[in-house]
Amino acid sequence: MNLSIFDVLGPIMIGPSSSHTAGAARLAYIARQIVSAPYHHVDFYLHGSFAQTYRGHGTDKALVAGALGMREDDERLASSFEMAEDAKLTYQFLPIELENAHENTVKMVFHLDAGGTSVVIGSSLGGARILISEIDGFPTEYNATSPTLLITQQDTRGIISKITSVLAAIEINIGVMKLSRKDRGSIASCIIETDEPIPDEVGEILCRIPQIHRVRIINTY
Amino acid sequence: MYTTTAELWAEAQKKEVPLSQIVLESEMKLTGTSQEVVYDRLRVTFAVMKKAAENALEHPLHTVGSLIEGVAQTQYQYSQSGKTLCGPMLNLMMARAFSCSETNAAMGRICAAPTAGASGIVPAVILTVADHLQATEETVLRGLLVSSGIGAVITRNATVSGAEGGCQAECGVAAAMASAAAVEMSGGNGEQAMHAAAFALVNIMGLICDPIAGLVQMPCAQRNASQAMNAMLSADFALAGQKCPIPLDEVIDAMYKTGKMLPMQLRETALGGIAATPTGKRLATQIFTT
Repeated sequence: MNLSIFDVLGPIMIGPSSSHTAGAARLAYIARQIVSAPYHHVDFYLHGSFAQTYRGHGTDKALVAGALGMREDDERLASSFEMAEDAKLTYQFLPIELENAHENTVKMVFHLDAGGTSVVIGSSLGGARILISEIDGFPTEYNATSPTLLITQQDTRGIISKITSVLAAIEINIGVMKLSRKDRGSIASCIIETDEPIPDEVGEILCRIPQIHRVRIINTY
Repeated sequence: MYTTTAELWAEAQKKEVPLSQIVLESEMKLTGTSQEVVYDRLRVTFAVMKKAAENALEHPLHTVGSLIEGVAQTQYQYSQSGKTLCGPMLNLMMARAFSCSETNAAMGRICAAPTAGASGIVPAVILTVADHLQATEETVLRGLLVSSGIGAVITRNATVSGAEGGCQAECGVAAAMASAAAVEMSGGNGEQAMHAAAFALVNIMGLICDPIAGLVQMPCAQRNASQAMNAMLSADFALAGQKCPIPLDEVIDAMYKTGKMLPMQLRETALGGIAATPTGKRLATQIFTT
């Protein structure tokens, strides 16, 4: 059997729906780590079934809980609105029609304390599984099931080999690697999923490479 | 490695071990972990199940729309009245299934088994059989292993999504998982566990998913309680020596094909069944305009 018994007896989660509650909490929780900068307001644009049924399934509370850093099994999830008030995090829910998007998709716009916004789009696929499809305008396919490096870099020759040699030097095996860029020679994005947790020093070493703009590490997912 | 229930049973026969042992070995191999690691995770899983099954017995939990508020408490008090038809044990089992459903609807912590909407059946049955047999922790964990092994095959070869297969794919599958567990916990053999799971699915073949207002409450809570009963009586069929003439894998396939034949109105969309009754529609309007 190639399916874990804990995918059958699981996930352990806050009800009522694995796709509309647990998946929503995970989407915002992972997005929070992708953004990895303080923010004071989030706009949640809900598409498809999310837009139709979000109140009855607590999708709204789950999204806010995730944005506050709560996991899908956190019993405080139901009181996330009150906790947001204490944390001075504001939010709103808006309907949206996204082209070719999965039924349960949310576009999250994080308003950063430092100014500007960060945008993450993702879908809840059922059974609390998620797929992040866009980060700050870069299309991607990221399901947040292993340690991950998110790198923003200048699209230049040899940059990828510089990144991978850093990982090779500390014996981290690359499981999946995805690249995307807006235009040739412009800013590009690189997502690397690894088999082992990623030490913080990897971020520091990578940031010393001049063509690399930003490195984010996700070890809890 | 097994991909069908026939293969699961064949491996157990070959090694002369219970079904749970094959499921355990498969999980250890898949995740590269030891028996103790798997057992520890099962203990955490069972603790969440037990808490959800007890959570709403003594007091009602608030749910959006309040369609099932207090159902667990009502059944629990009745179970102790001495006047029940099904007896105190089975009425307590119904109350436990209700408690899980109520906890789920009230945004409490549950363990999907195999889904959140059907999360009351496996806990209610395993807790009840464990009480009845005064079972050891080992027996309980073995029950969880058997149920998840059957559930894994169905997830892989068919569906456990109400949107895809109707209620039979959620509560029906949970009943099949729970009945197989009940048989092994009671000392039945692997073949009897397979027959029990097959009977459970036969008994619920074709059941639609028709949630009022689209909420995971009514009839979900009642289906959790009634499918816990289905699991128990299916286990008793098999333990009595009855054999389901259709093999479990074929019954699973029939359940899957039946689900695909169901019109979309009868698969979680709240457009058919009791959700589409005049009262069902009125309740939906009331809930979402207040």
